[in-house]
Amino acid sequence: MIRLLLLTLLATPTLADEIWVTNEKDDTISVIDTATLEVTRTIPTGERPRGITFSHDYSRVYICASDSDTVQVMDPATGEILHELPSGEDPEQFVLHPDDKHLWIANEDDAVTTVVDVDSRKVVAQINVGIEPEGMGVSPDGAIVVTTSETTNMAHWIDTRTHQIIANTLVDSRPRHAEFTASELWVSSEVGGTVTVFDVATKAEKAKIRFAIPGVNDDLIQPVGFEFTPDQSTAFVALGPANHVAVINMQTHEVETYILVGRRVWHMAFNRDHSQLFTTNGVSGDVTVIDVASRSALKSIKVGRFPWGAAFRPTE
Amino acid sequence: MSRYLAALTAILHRELARFLGQKSRLVAALVRPLVWLLVFAAGFRAALGLSITPPYQTYITYETYILPGLLGMICLFNGMQSSLSLVYDREMGSMRLLLTAPLPRGWLLFAKLLAGTLISLLQCGVFLGIGYAWGIRPPLVGLVAVIPALLLVGLMLGALGLLLSSLIRQLENFAGVMNFVIFPMFFLSSALYPLWKMAEASPALANACALNPFTQGVELIRFSLYLTPNWPALGWTLLATAVFAAAALYGYDPARGFTRTKG
Repeated sequence: MIRLLLLTLLATPTLADEIWVTNEKDDTISVIDTATLEVTRTIPTGERPRGITFSHDYSRVYICASDSDTVQVMDPATGEILHELPSGEDPEQFVLHPDDKHLWIANEDDAVTTVVDVDSRKVVAQINVGIEPEGMGVSPDGAIVVTTSETTNMAHWIDTRTHQIIANTLVDSRPRHAEFTASELWVSSEVGGTVTVFDVATKAEKAKIRFAIPGVNDDLIQPVGFEFTPDQSTAFVALGPANHVAVINMQTHEVETYILVGRRVWHMAFNRDHSQLFTTNGVSGDVTVIDVASRSALKSIKVGRFPWGAAFRPTE
Repeated sequence: MSRYLAALTAILHRELARFLGQKSRLVAALVRPLVWLLVFAAGFRAALGLSITPPYQTYITYETYILPGLLGMICLFNGMQSSLSLVYDREMGSMRLLLTAPLPRGWLLFAKLLAGTLISLLQCGVFLGIGYAWGIRPPLVGLVAVIPALLLVGLMLGALGLLLSSLIRQLENFAGVMNFVIFPMFFLSSALYPLWKMAEASPALANACALNPFTQGVELIRFSLYLTPNWPALGWTLLATAVFAAAALYGYDPARGFTRTKG
């Protein structure tokens, strides 16, 4: 019986899921094994890789190679670049539509949002938005995409069927990231130091989240990327050069605690069961692993120079 | 054997009763590290940014960094306080009474040393509890694993205190201990800043810090708290304890000790 148990244990493959991290300065991706918390692969990319996302079946990974002015499509199994997509100039962030077919890309230098069909590799539409578009979010039903423009300080609500802007809402200075919940839109403002929460139905501002970390100058508190737990009870907000991640109660919109991570934290990705959160720390060149349950940092893993984006990849 | 245990128990009981009878001593013993933790560390948090340094696996606050150093500080001051009390006992005559007990002097001194160390441990426990409430939370198992390290560091610094008490003849000379032992030992150590940070300012000072037995003791506490072995620190602390204890024993030997040499 014991032998059988041992054989079964030995035969069971270890769950070696991965977190993919783009390194802005190294033009590479660092692949972190979520079981060992070590970098297992470093894959070369185009110039200045930033936004990163996987296709729904994880057979392709899309990478914003900002300074190469392209979105690269890579085979995650081999690390081979399969082809490139016509992204428009300086793509920084993008979002994959729930149809798994359309990539919505923010072109920072051109003040447009580009819609690309990933199968035909053709530009389907280009929508004029505010100056320096950056944050991209898509509603769970795929009906609305939001682009935030850093200089215009607006969230532009775009109807995905008509490719027309249906509303513009003001947010605080330099909005960097946007994400939808079931009924809300969250937008982080880097210079304003806030996160604005909108009601999707009315597009009206519902709450404004502010941050204060003891011993940290307010100027350094610059909210950028954020992630929600699947039950939408808790949000984790990266606070840039404040070197902390804020933990927010999504019902009350109150900050519950702050977690110390590496220097200039940008974006984040959860592991498979959402028990761990991986933050990219740009200046310190590492990724901090947060234990979600205890809300504490477990380990920081050295990656390439200036890590920026992060995405989860299951390997089975 | 029972005589030995009786003497040990009596000395432990006396020291503990004396400590618990002086409530202000417990408060004073805790105020010092607490001021460092709650005031100094808060002020210096931004100024002294830390990189990841073993045994920590990620970024830590300055308060977290100095906690083991402050545990070492408790042991250091307590060790020195014990030596102060020995000088006082000698002046008052109760030391003579103790040392004339029909038991080996080494055993009596060990009992005294152990009593002082247990008091240090008690203070460290309270301090760790306050630190935990303040948000400095090492792994829970680490709070158990640190006990042997604190005992050893307490014995090392207590033995040093014994050695000093054999050299000091009057209470007035204790100020010299503060200036020439406690301050250099504490500030020339990794208690407040990591050695690599010290090396940036002066490699010679960093080397002096590395040789300081107090540094090794603090690192032993730090690594134990985070469940990471540090054999060099353990080795150095054991060696220093043995050397200090042997020298103290020599110092208290009426035939050969420092007292006779000086008298």
